[in-house]
Amino acid sequence: MSALSATVGFVESSGPLSTLAPSPVLDPDSREWLRCLHAEGATREDAVARLHALLLRAARFEVARRRPTLPHLRGDELDDIANEAADDALMSVLRRLDDFRGASRFTTWVYKFALLEAAVKLRKRAWQGREVPLEPESWALLSGGGLGPDAEAEQSELLSSLQSAIGDVLTPHQRRVLVALALNGVPIDVLADRLGSTRGALYKTLHDARRKLRAHLDEHGLSPEEM
Amino acid sequence: MMERPDLKQALGRLLGPAGPEVGCDECFDRLDRYVELEVAGRDADVALPGLRAHLDGCPACREEHESLLALVGGEQAL
Repeated sequence: MSALSATVGFVESSGPLSTLAPSPVLDPDSREWLRCLHAEGATREDAVARLHALLLRAARFEVARRRPTLPHLRGDELDDIANEAADDALMSVLRRLDDFRGASRFTTWVYKFALLEAAVKLRKRAWQGREVPLEPESWALLSGGGLGPDAEAEQSELLSSLQSAIGDVLTPHQRRVLVALALNGVPIDVLADRLGSTRGALYKTLHDARRKLRAHLDEHGLSPEEM
Repeated sequence: MMERPDLKQALGRLLGPAGPEVGCDECFDRLDRYVELEVAGRDADVALPGLRAHLDGCPACREEHESLLALVGGEQAL
C-alpha cells in the first residue's frame, strides 16, 4: 500500500472547497509539465524520467533531514529508501495527475508526494522490530509533581479527571489509539500499519477521543487553556 | 500558571487543538497551496482555515509540512 493511500478520511471540513479551485491560468512550467505527461511516446517518456528525478531529489531531501535520527541505517540503505519513495510517489502522481488543479506550481504539488512516501518509509523503518505499546507506559508526564502548592492542587484535579476520562469515557479502540499516539509517541503511520488501518482513519479516532476528553473536562468545569 | 513545559506539551498531545481542523487527507490535498502562500508571505491561515490547527494536532502532517516548506522555501531563496 502506498503512503498516499494511508491518508484517507476527513475529520472536519472547515474551509470552502473553493480554496482548491483551479487557477484561471496555470503557470507556464506547470502547463508544460502537464502537456508532456499527457503526451505519448518519447515526449511522455522523457517527462516521466524528469519527474522521477524530481521526486528522487525530494525524497533524498527528506532522507537527509531525518538522517540524524536514524544512525543505525547505512548510506546505501537510506538511498534505497529514497529510491523506493520516488518510485511509489511517481505512481501516485501519475495516478492522480487529473487532481492537479493549479492551486500551486506543479513541482510543489509533486514534491509533497515524495516527501510523504519517504517520511512514512523512514518512520516505519525506525520502528521495525519494535513492539508498539498500546497501553500507558507511564503516567509520569501527567503527574502534577514539581509544581507549587496552589498550582499543584489546581492542576492535579484536571490531571486526575483526565486520567479517569481516558479510562471511563473512551471506547477501547479510542483509548488504544490515544494512548499509543499521544502518550507513547508511536508514529501514526506505524500504528496504522500494525492495526491494518490508515492515517486518516486513526486521526479521526484520535480527534473523536480528544473531543470526548475536552467535553468531559468542560462538564467538570475544568479548562486546560486557562491553566 | 502552567509551570511545566513537559506537562503542557503532554496535555497538548492528549487534547489536541481546541478549534476546528481539517483531516489528514484534506491537509495533504491543500499542503502545496498552503506552503506556497507561506513562502510568498501571504496569510495562509486565512486562505486555508483549519489546516494550521491540524498541523498542531498531527505530528506526521506537521513534519511533512516542515519538509515541504524547507524544500520549496530553499528553492525560492536560490
